[in-house]
Amino acid sequence: MDYKKVTENATPEETAAMPRGIPLLKDELDIVIPTIRNLDFLEMWRPFFEPYHLIIVQDGDPSKTINVPDGFDYELYNRNDINRILGPKASCISFKDSACRCFGYMVSKKKYIFTIDDDCFVGKDPSGKPINALEQHIKNILSPSTPFFFNTLYDPFREGADFVRGYPFSLREGVPTAVSHGLWLNIPDYDAPTQLVKPRERNTRYVDMVLTIPKGTLFPMCGMNLAFDRHLIGPAMYFGLMGDGQPIGRYDDMWAGWCTKVICDHLNLGVKTGLPYIFHSKASNPFVNLKKEYKGIFWQEDIIPFFQAVTLPKECTTVQECYIELSKQVKEKLSKVDPYFDKLADAMVTWIEAWDELNPAGAAVANGKA
Amino acid sequence: MALEHIDDSEVDIVIAALQSDLTSFLNAWRPLFSRFHLIIVQDPDLKGELKIPQGFDHRVYTKSDIDQVIGPTTSIVFSGYSCRYFGYLVSRKKYIISVDDDCLPAKDNDGNLTNAVSQHLANLTTPATPFFFNTLYDPFREGADFVRGYPFSLRSGVDCALSCGLWLNLADYDAPTQALKPEHRNLHYVDAVMTVPAGTLMPISGINIAFNRALVGPALFPGLKLTGEGKLRWETIEDIWCGMCVKVICDHLSIGVKTGLPYVFRSDKGNPIESLKKEWEGVKKMEEIIPFFQSVRLPRTVTTAEDCLLEMAKSVKDRLGGTDPLFARAAEAMVEWVKIWKAAGASHSTLGV
Repeated sequence: MDYKKVTENATPEETAAMPRGIPLLKDELDIVIPTIRNLDFLEMWRPFFEPYHLIIVQDGDPSKTINVPDGFDYELYNRNDINRILGPKASCISFKDSACRCFGYMVSKKKYIFTIDDDCFVGKDPSGKPINALEQHIKNILSPSTPFFFNTLYDPFREGADFVRGYPFSLREGVPTAVSHGLWLNIPDYDAPTQLVKPRERNTRYVDMVLTIPKGTLFPMCGMNLAFDRHLIGPAMYFGLMGDGQPIGRYDDMWAGWCTKVICDHLNLGVKTGLPYIFHSKASNPFVNLKKEYKGIFWQEDIIPFFQAVTLPKECTTVQECYIELSKQVKEKLSKVDPYFDKLADAMVTWIEAWDELNPAGAAVANGKA
Repeated sequence: MALEHIDDSEVDIVIAALQSDLTSFLNAWRPLFSRFHLIIVQDPDLKGELKIPQGFDHRVYTKSDIDQVIGPTTSIVFSGYSCRYFGYLVSRKKYIISVDDDCLPAKDNDGNLTNAVSQHLANLTTPATPFFFNTLYDPFREGADFVRGYPFSLRSGVDCALSCGLWLNLADYDAPTQALKPEHRNLHYVDAVMTVPAGTLMPISGINIAFNRALVGPALFPGLKLTGEGKLRWETIEDIWCGMCVKVICDHLSIGVKTGLPYVFRSDKGNPIESLKKEWEGVKKMEEIIPFFQSVRLPRTVTTAEDCLLEMAKSVKDRLGGTDPLFARAAEAMVEWVKIWKAAGASHSTLGV
């Protein structure tokens, strides 16, 4: 087998054959999955996911029944549930877009969230071993980040690595990790224009690293394979207004990522990217994608300088405070790009109100049920 | 894959000779080095003649050459690893690649020998992307690209000025770290190159490095010499000091610094526990300089590498010189270096050349 290239996903049999350790954070982590079709893909992940509680957010037609494979402990929310639970505030949750997944973050009662798309399978590392993505995310999130100084051997907390010569000792303790951003083998997360130009390109390069994204640096956060500490950064993970009735799509995770990174930088929290890989099995239609992204491609030229220049006042010390402040600045500075941002800024406020309502300070409750 | 074709005549390989017998070192690198001109600078503290195998187009510079070009009075001492900067000075090529003389070509995960030279040159001749992080790393590598959400206006990137390679086997750890894990060796070949974001500080190791001399040449300088500086990398921080300045300058000039591939295989050498005494000074100094580097800004009017270095020297003198004579000396050395660079008729370092 060519060590360098990874070209196939692990089969359920291969995954089941993996020795299983104690499932870390079993009672502290929810897996949030948005879906519109079915959840057959869970069979691929069963050995890794079965110990955990799932929150399924059903997008699209609520009268459709989503089949969840046996043996999984889950709660499922469709649009009717979202409307019922949030009332008028449900307007901030996207419809007909996987952005609706952030509702799952809001209703979760756990400290950690792992979210994955329903077309993501178990990947293999170059030795052929199935990758336990959830386990790697947990390792990433439970070890510190190092955003203030770049370590040339990448994550110093990984086994086999360390801080290099010249890395200041005072910065070696690191900061808490709020986000673990995983990657994808096979179908890469390209935008529509790139997809159209390179329809056959597949990501077969397994890069064996995790690294902290430095403070002050923005990145495109993909929601396909993502974990975060809900207590540290949850309210910032709003996936915006996308889909039905909205002028834009496929920028939900991007928007959440830019807001999250700015707030993490302000609060001295870390964001890691790299391992784990999942195997992304399905390429979406690039023409459909182009229509969704079209405005975003132009708008991001204004959005990025906005986020690069954003400063949050010292007085903002909670995520919610930071987020509300951000929404004010979005309204002030991005509305002139398009009235959509005015609506988005309002939705950001609604989101925080809804979050705080569903997550009153000090409450710790067992799994909810729809 | 490089966007421009590079002629072998545009490249110099600069080696600081801290050992006399370079036979096995150069023979190991022969398949990769023999096409290029080698500038070998002998550590002025090393007595005797260097032993160099046949078949290399090379020139050796010794203490007397250094004295002749630099002159007798200077705040710069080219001893130990710092002697390689003399090689950077006298070169007239566009690209310089420099590896320590205890490093050998590395093998990748398939067991194939990697070409550190061509990888460094590929890094230097494809754009860097310091203003926005690409989650698939260097988008100019084959099989990769910019990901969704990467602004299109930032996709042309900027010139890459510096390519920082890594090390298998003996990693570039400081003495305390290596002493704590004396058996630890870096076996981890990570198949990635990436641009270090603008505004991000990093330790730039001199062990395996390449740069565009036309863009950034004078900004690589010998400056910070520890009182107890030794002949082992973990008894020095001169490259770290230089690298922090270079990164600030690159950020200011909007040119890029890449890190990652290529790897070299670094031979076992020295005893970290013995080095601990000497290198402790370096560790302490790093703590003092971090707030300075985090806040130093260069005036917008400064647009060449030489002038950037002079401004850095001023800031070092003003803000660090008072706390420690080591930094005051470093500032002097930086100013002296720019004078030397200009006097030696080094090619100009404005952008776009």
